[in-house]
Amino acid sequence: MSVTTPAAPAAGRLGEPAAPATKRPHHWGRIVLPAYSWLVIAYLVFPIAVMFVYSFNKSVGGVPQVSFSWNGFTTLWYQTWNQAPGLTSAFWLSIRLALIATAISTVLGTLLAMALVRYRPRQFHGKGVIEQILFVNIAAPEIVMGASLLGLFVTFNIGRGFLTLVLAHVMFCIAYVAVTVRARLTGFDRSLEEAAYDLGAGPFTTFRRVTLPMIMPGVLAGALMAFALSIDDFVTSNFVSGTSSPFPVLIYASTRVGIPPQVFVFGSVIFAVGIALALSSLAIGRKRT
Amino acid sequence: MPSVVWLVLLFVVPLVIMLSLSLKTCNPASGACTMTWNWGELPHQVNLYRTEFFTSLEYGAAATIVDLVLSFPIAYWIAFYGGRKKNFFLMMLLVPFFVSFVIRTLVWEFILSPSGFFLTFLHHIHLVSANFHVLGTGSAVIAGLAYNYLPFTALPLYVAIERIDRRVLEAAYDLYASRREAFMKVILPLSVPGIFAAFLLTFIPAFGDYVNQQILGGTSSTMIGTVIQNTFLVTGDYAAGSALSVVVLVISLVGIWLYSRVLGSRSIEEYL
Repeated sequence: MSVTTPAAPAAGRLGEPAAPATKRPHHWGRIVLPAYSWLVIAYLVFPIAVMFVYSFNKSVGGVPQVSFSWNGFTTLWYQTWNQAPGLTSAFWLSIRLALIATAISTVLGTLLAMALVRYRPRQFHGKGVIEQILFVNIAAPEIVMGASLLGLFVTFNIGRGFLTLVLAHVMFCIAYVAVTVRARLTGFDRSLEEAAYDLGAGPFTTFRRVTLPMIMPGVLAGALMAFALSIDDFVTSNFVSGTSSPFPVLIYASTRVGIPPQVFVFGSVIFAVGIALALSSLAIGRKRT
Repeated sequence: MPSVVWLVLLFVVPLVIMLSLSLKTCNPASGACTMTWNWGELPHQVNLYRTEFFTSLEYGAAATIVDLVLSFPIAYWIAFYGGRKKNFFLMMLLVPFFVSFVIRTLVWEFILSPSGFFLTFLHHIHLVSANFHVLGTGSAVIAGLAYNYLPFTALPLYVAIERIDRRVLEAAYDLYASRREAFMKVILPLSVPGIFAAFLLTFIPAFGDYVNQQILGGTSSTMIGTVIQNTFLVTGDYAAGSALSVVVLVISLVGIWLYSRVLGSRSIEEYL
């Protein structure tokens, strides 16, 4: 994902207006565009602010459900954050699922990416087909993947639960990891590996001491992507989860019976943690460059 | 190649099974399906849910166009004027993704609800009339889709605009192009691949989405995703559901095929 890439230090043109010196920055670039852009950003942030505000909203008549109208300020939902039935366990289920799916898909996706980069079509039969599969996998609508997986599990009589969730999540993460890692691998200097071999390192040592450190940024980006995809997946999970509902599936199911207010507490806290991590990684990235 | 095995077993094989299921006839009560080579199921289902297909195409396209119009200027601004803060602004574009998809759709229900504080406030300052309502209409669904998928549009656009060689632009100015001409004849044509990628990456998920329709659209104008979900998970008619999914897949594959024809299938990784 482009955000994780530190800004390319392209020779002195960063921050310069696009036009050459003969054209002064237009008022468009100075006033209209920034104002507009900040409006769009405000629009993107607005619902998150609403979520945060509603996480402090009192409920009506003692029923622990979110209500549309504002009934007064309370921190009760933060104090009782883990008392919504099923919500906390669904959250931990999602975390476990995302960690497992990330671990498996990162390993498999990285290996696939390396194979795709290293071998030419003649050495690697079906390379073109695999690339097409990756592409379709990423671009296909989730509902088709979810529906077809359900068809598979039903046809082979596989009970739906945590296992099917892991199978499905790894499936849709592999392609993203492979593509992300491959993007970082192009331009990888093979001669360093050859140097390691010449100096007597075995294939395993070479991989661990030379290859892995070099491709690590790409692998991490891929793993991050897999984690984000898995933890927030709703459509596919809804089809294959059976009775063990991950976090998004549980929330969706609760929209029919009444949403526990703790949902917005979880949303707000996850958002805060995520943003803090992202901002600090930005800050670290800037310091390094 | 374990990853290839995984992808084939859990992505390719299911699609084949889905195709074969669509040729079967299922008994929704027992869940048993028998192969009847019923080719008629596909046209029958398409005919049955024609309106839902058109609604999905319409909402998906509307949301995508809204997103393209909304995000082109900001993508342009970040690419050309972002300076050292580029990464910060890109992160701001991704901000919605830090909240779970279902939760952010729910929050839109709160914003658009007539008893929610936002519309109450607008009504209070006489910006909207008392009987104004959005929730439960197609506009609410399009608004939700547009919000949820905006980053999918903005990022490919940014990548494409960022990649425009500034020297080409300078050359245009040296040849006495006005700002408008430079924009229309240099920037816009050079960002076409990004626009195309953005369209595809936004339209396909928006087209198949059913969460926004379920939460924001109420019972009005059902989208095809809702129908598929219900035939699978509520009625249990796997044959009908598979037939509908096959049609959705074919529609998406046409888009995917066009994309890889025009831009090459590898180029997608540049836009992720």
